[in-house]
Amino acid sequence: MSASLVTVSYIAAIILFILSLGGLSSPESSRRGNLYGMLGMSIAVLATVAGPHVTLAGLPWIMAAMLAGGSIGLYAARKVQMTQMPELVALMHSLVGLAAMVVGYANDIDPVAALNLSGAEKSIHELEVYAGILIGAVTFAGSLIAFGKLSGKIGGKPLLLPGRHLLNLAGLLLVIAFGWQFMHVESISAGMLALSLMTVIALLFGIHMVMAIGGADMPVVVSMLNSYSGWAAAATGFMLNNDLLIVVGALVGSSGAILSYIMCRAMNRNFLSVIAGGFGGAKLTKKVDGDATPAGEVVSVSAIETAELLLEAKSVIIVPGYGMAVAQAQHTVFEITKLLREKGINVRFGIHPVAGRMPGHMNVLLAEARVPYDIVMEMDELNADFPETDVAMVIGANDIVNPAAQDDPSSPIAGMPVLEVWRAKTSIVMKRSMAAGYAGVDNPLFYKENNRMLFGDAKKMLEEVFVALKA
Amino acid sequence: MRIGIPVETYAGEKRVATVPEIVVKLIKLGFTVAVESGAGDAANFSDEAYRTAGAQIVADAANLWAESDIVFKVTVPTSSEVELMRAGGILIGFIWPAQNPELMQQLAAKHATVLAIDCLPRQLSRAQKMDALTSQAGVAGYRAVIEAANVFGRFFNGQITAAGKVPPAKVFIAGAGVAGLAAIGTAAGLGAIVRANDTRAEVADQVKSLGGEFVKVEYEEEGCGGGGYAKVMSEGFLQAQREMYAKQAREVDIIITTALIPGRPAPRLITAEMVQAMRPGSVIVDMAAERGGNCELTEPGCVVVKHGVTIVGYTDLNSRLARQSSTLYGNNLFRLAEELCKTRDGIINVNMEDDAIRGLTVINNGEITWPAPALKLPAAKPAVSAKPAPAHGSSAAPAPAGKTAALFLAAALLFLLIGAYAPAAFLGHFTVFVLACFVGYMVVWNVTPALHTPLMSVTNAISSIIAIGALVQIAPPLTEGLARPDGLIRALAVAGIALTSVNMFGGFAVTRRMLAMFRK
Repeated sequence: MSASLVTVSYIAAIILFILSLGGLSSPESSRRGNLYGMLGMSIAVLATVAGPHVTLAGLPWIMAAMLAGGSIGLYAARKVQMTQMPELVALMHSLVGLAAMVVGYANDIDPVAALNLSGAEKSIHELEVYAGILIGAVTFAGSLIAFGKLSGKIGGKPLLLPGRHLLNLAGLLLVIAFGWQFMHVESISAGMLALSLMTVIALLFGIHMVMAIGGADMPVVVSMLNSYSGWAAAATGFMLNNDLLIVVGALVGSSGAILSYIMCRAMNRNFLSVIAGGFGGAKLTKKVDGDATPAGEVVSVSAIETAELLLEAKSVIIVPGYGMAVAQAQHTVFEITKLLREKGINVRFGIHPVAGRMPGHMNVLLAEARVPYDIVMEMDELNADFPETDVAMVIGANDIVNPAAQDDPSSPIAGMPVLEVWRAKTSIVMKRSMAAGYAGVDNPLFYKENNRMLFGDAKKMLEEVFVALKA
Repeated sequence: MRIGIPVETYAGEKRVATVPEIVVKLIKLGFTVAVESGAGDAANFSDEAYRTAGAQIVADAANLWAESDIVFKVTVPTSSEVELMRAGGILIGFIWPAQNPELMQQLAAKHATVLAIDCLPRQLSRAQKMDALTSQAGVAGYRAVIEAANVFGRFFNGQITAAGKVPPAKVFIAGAGVAGLAAIGTAAGLGAIVRANDTRAEVADQVKSLGGEFVKVEYEEEGCGGGGYAKVMSEGFLQAQREMYAKQAREVDIIITTALIPGRPAPRLITAEMVQAMRPGSVIVDMAAERGGNCELTEPGCVVVKHGVTIVGYTDLNSRLARQSSTLYGNNLFRLAEELCKTRDGIINVNMEDDAIRGLTVINNGEITWPAPALKLPAAKPAVSAKPAPAHGSSAAPAPAGKTAALFLAAALLFLLIGAYAPAAFLGHFTVFVLACFVGYMVVWNVTPALHTPLMSVTNAISSIIAIGALVQIAPPLTEGLARPDGLIRALAVAGIALTSVNMFGGFAVTRRMLAMFRK
């Protein structure tokens, strides 16, 4: 296969990738979109293997590596629980980061890569290698920590080192200094020390960055790491003079950046303040000294009373949150939904953009439980409908239904768009206890006159509700 | 502790302070319940029903009062009843301390603790479940309409029958408090055309929600007197109001008046001339008859016909629906008992720190604690309207000009820098990179939020394109005369390929699995 043919194949792959992302604009076209993605990937890989840069000698190695990696990937994809999607995605980001590092190092020690380069071109190439490894390392370490946090192997509380901003700044300066050194050495082996030291700093930086971010900000972190993995690919593309990698990296990078932006907007938070970390922690202390506990009384109900309320309703909106995912309650939710719909009750779901631990987390869980996607609505679509709703049922969510975001300008979550469940005739909140949400903010919703609390594990309580509904 | 339910002794009173189904709940709270024989007879609750529910039946009032720690009553107790009461006992029921100072003295002398359900601070939202005034007024409002229908000579609803057309009755309801609203709902439910008026303009929406039409008095004055009651209005307003009532009197078939101002005689709304102006056969139900009546011609307790208009002045509307009234009243007292006995062990704790309990308690261990100090309610915070976020995918308002200009300047500088120093080959890639960023931006904005998780997993799979970087390193065509550490590079490249393959296959497969689940 000639170089031109390879280039044309790459263009075809690029188009297919763009179509693949475009397909996700609706669930109907999304399946085809995924197929386009696979097709694009196959074309890109086959064209490369058949192209002038790969000789026959490499083929067995390639086959073996792909077979090993591919089977692990397929096994993981088959086994993963839908509630574990955030962990899986984070883990996969870390692999992209690690791969970018590995490719960067391999390129650095390969004398062929920098052949025929001199002056500015050589400097730029070295800069590309350096940046590629840097982004790869940060992505790798950050994603690994995010994986740990999401899977509960590491505590969700933000770790706030004293002088953390200074630490980060020092790290950045060191990285620049080593970069300068790296670009001004004669031999490859001489540059290796600077490169390795930078890698260590980048890894530490990645760990520190994600450790400092609280649980509720995880959707932002996951999308941010998604973005980083894209930029890592783009940097690798620059390093290898490969337009396909650049384009794909840019697509993925901007996709992740947009997701991060959407998530930040949904929390009414500044992107930088999320990255700077420490949501939750600082606010908790604030809550303790301010005695602005909402006035009123918490009225708790039993599962049977909940079932009665649901049966009397004409229209019900269910607002799921991370608690539903933790309790694996989505299937019971669907059973209840089905039963209520058979009785002619209008049941819909209201999804807050940051509900759960990654963008779209709730949608996937509900889809897994076979909830039809046309009754799963976005926040903006049904927020206006709450006054005409008889029962709003909140399952394991807290901050995203907190009226303080609208009523209390001093609240840490003031201005965050929330689902206005309190405007429904009755709201029922299923919760394990009266503990505050991840933002550490007390929720005046619980004290509202038309609010009822159903305490207990979401799955167990929902099952009791379901039994009571059938009775 | 033992709760006693005596027979109501007030003439014509048919209600009872609790009903069998609530006896069960009271026993669950840890109390024992004693009922005087025949207490529920007038409300159709037999002794047997109480006994089945777990209550003990006591033969006479003297024993009941003497043996009960707590007595639940409906009407204000008579002095002979208070005589029967044990010293230091607890009494819960209607007291009206302002109107009954001697009774208060007598109860205090008994070292009693008295909770007057009429003194409940109604503005506390959690007090609503205990609000007997509301529950009883609601029943009375319903019954008022039924009484009107009983003496009114026509249908309420309009009908077109084979025998001819029947126009719907027109009902005017003066005062849209709890009783008034219940009357509006009932009359509208029967098919009448309902109009209502209240000095508090904010109840207009409630009137409409129940199917009534709100008639305004053409005069500007705010009529809300706190605690959900109306206040006394100015002379100018009253003049305008009289004109409005006179007009309604000429037009409607039925007038139901519910106007009461706390602690004052009922306001005179319907004068003798207005009654005269009504069509013969019309009906007035005066729910304020007990306090003198809203109509000049009302005779409390009686039905009279004046100028061809039937004027119903019953003062016992609740007793005329005794079973319903008793059930609701019993529920109110049960909720109060729950508040008093949070430990659910049958021991009452009169917690004077609690706003609701403080307001209810008019005598505490023989010490008169009425009236309670005014409640300090938190001032309502003005709602902060959150700026609506621009809808997903739609273009937001343009950013401020200054910010945009700064952004453009920064971009221009960056481009200048790159253009000045970067070699031509790099610029080619850079062009591709910038354009791809924009394509990505446009494409991803169109992704529906429901598919954000599949978007992440598919971008994840796509970013395994890094594999190409490893592929080209594994066995490139050899270049003469160069010492290349083949083994090491190959090892790294193989690792890279294996890593990215996990993503490549896993990412697409898991995306496929997820997308297959999205169905209608």
